[in-house]
Amino acid sequence: MTSFIIKVWAIGENTFKEAIRDRILYSIVFFAVLILVVSTVLDIVTIGQRTKIIKDVGLASISLFGALIAIFVGIGLVYKELDKRTIYTIVSKPVTRFQFLLGKYLGLVFTIFVEVAAMSLIFCLIVYSQSGSVDLLLLEAIALTFLELMIVCAVARFFSYFTTPILSGRFARGDYVIGHLTYDLYEFSSTFKGTALETTLKILYYVFPNLDNFNIRSNAVHGLPVSGDFLLFSVTYGLLYIILLFVISSFIFGKRDFK
Amino acid sequence: MTEHAVYLRGVHKFFRTGFAMKKTQALSGVSLEIKKGEVFGYLGPNGSGKTTTLKLIMGIIFPDKGVIRVMNRLPKDVVVKEKIGFLPESPYFYEYLTAGEFLDFYARLFNIPSPARRERINYLLKLVGLERKSDIALRLFSKGMLQRIGLAQALINDPELIILDEPMTGLDPLGRAEVKQIIHGLKNRGKTIIFSSHILPDVEALADRVGIIINGSIRDVGKLDELLGKRVKSMEITVRGGDETMVEQLNEYAALKRSVDDRYLFTINKMDNVNKVIDVVRWFDAKIETVEPIRMNLEELFISEIKKDVS
Repeated sequence: MTSFIIKVWAIGENTFKEAIRDRILYSIVFFAVLILVVSTVLDIVTIGQRTKIIKDVGLASISLFGALIAIFVGIGLVYKELDKRTIYTIVSKPVTRFQFLLGKYLGLVFTIFVEVAAMSLIFCLIVYSQSGSVDLLLLEAIALTFLELMIVCAVARFFSYFTTPILSGRFARGDYVIGHLTYDLYEFSSTFKGTALETTLKILYYVFPNLDNFNIRSNAVHGLPVSGDFLLFSVTYGLLYIILLFVISSFIFGKRDFK
Repeated sequence: MTEHAVYLRGVHKFFRTGFAMKKTQALSGVSLEIKKGEVFGYLGPNGSGKTTTLKLIMGIIFPDKGVIRVMNRLPKDVVVKEKIGFLPESPYFYEYLTAGEFLDFYARLFNIPSPARRERINYLLKLVGLERKSDIALRLFSKGMLQRIGLAQALINDPELIILDEPMTGLDPLGRAEVKQIIHGLKNRGKTIIFSSHILPDVEALADRVGIIINGSIRDVGKLDELLGKRVKSMEITVRGGDETMVEQLNEYAALKRSVDDRYLFTINKMDNVNKVIDVVRWFDAKIETVEPIRMNLEELFISEIKKDVS
């Protein structure tokens, strides 16, 4: 391993160690699992749709609770590093700020991956026990949800560099909600053709991540296939969005004074 | 500039504080030159700019104006950081890590290979008196123990330049003595050490040179004996002979400290009065046996600089 990777790895591993020792994360996962289990008895109110309900509730839970975890770790761990001034001892070592940011982000992403994997494993076991199979579409939906959570985490982390955890949390949650409505923003803008409002709404459409690009949950529930092109587009879009946000974060972070 | 471990010339630093982002000057035109191999004590009251200076040297913050070079390079240069160790003031560390894991983490940031890492960690834990605490989480450490493990992390790379911000804080007298011993040991190995402290006897005991900073400006820099040598706070004069009338007259210019038989010891607080005292002694045909300047100690010098600033 090169020196660059060793340092990034050390920071990532340390971030992961810190995250998994937080009991709040376990509480979130516990609630997610609880809802997954509860979904198995929902056929009482939805006769004959048992597997669909389980898939629907399960995927929604992974997305929602995953987003909570992504926002929680994205904001908390970076802010803590600045607030508790542990950053002083890191930036005084032969580590560039870029390496710090990269290691921190990879540690956070790995934390989210482990949490999502744990929730998904239980979810797939429940689906298998009810329907006797787990189709590929379901796994694709989970994979895209994970990519969505990587973006949510990147956004939360981005805000945490220059504002308080409470505000970062609000911004990140707002971004999550708007991210699922960006296409509506675009559609809505056409009703204000030629006005400043149209431009503003279009700017918002391009600035906020379009999180619906990662939402194939409905397809997975109803067994509707998703094209390879769409998957490729979604993955490319997601990775580019993360890289862009990372470049902006690095620029801000590289010039920042740690008081 | 080549001989300096650290070089600051005309460094200014502002911070914006409060809701209105009011501009506050933290450093104004700080210039310092710290030579390789010297121990430099950095003194100043709270909020005077000590920590700001050290953070600038470490590249944690950036100057608004002026030049900073550490080993002839910019502070943010990774090559420089390979050779520096830093202990921040009142450090907070990753409390979920054990002491061993903590040092291992920092050693990996220096890319130290595994066997050498283990060896170095064991050596440092022993050096700071925590060899039996390797497997204990930092959240269970006392303030003094955190200070010690902080010192260990600052030395993980066997640095050439060691910067310690208030290294004695939180330590009991024994801990302070041990840290002083460690600093002495580092000095004997030719390391350059910059440390800030409020504990003036420690600065006197350790530093080759001191710098005094008040309100963001350097007031004095120099070797301790030079700085203290030029600050005479009073004169003591021993007179033999004379009578009570002479003592009465001398009391106008000097204070009688002691008298034994026909010998009198006077303290003269105003330098202008020295000649007057000598004139009176001669008038009474008495003999001046000794004239000795009483110099300030570091604490008195430090306080006098602060008082100057207030006035």
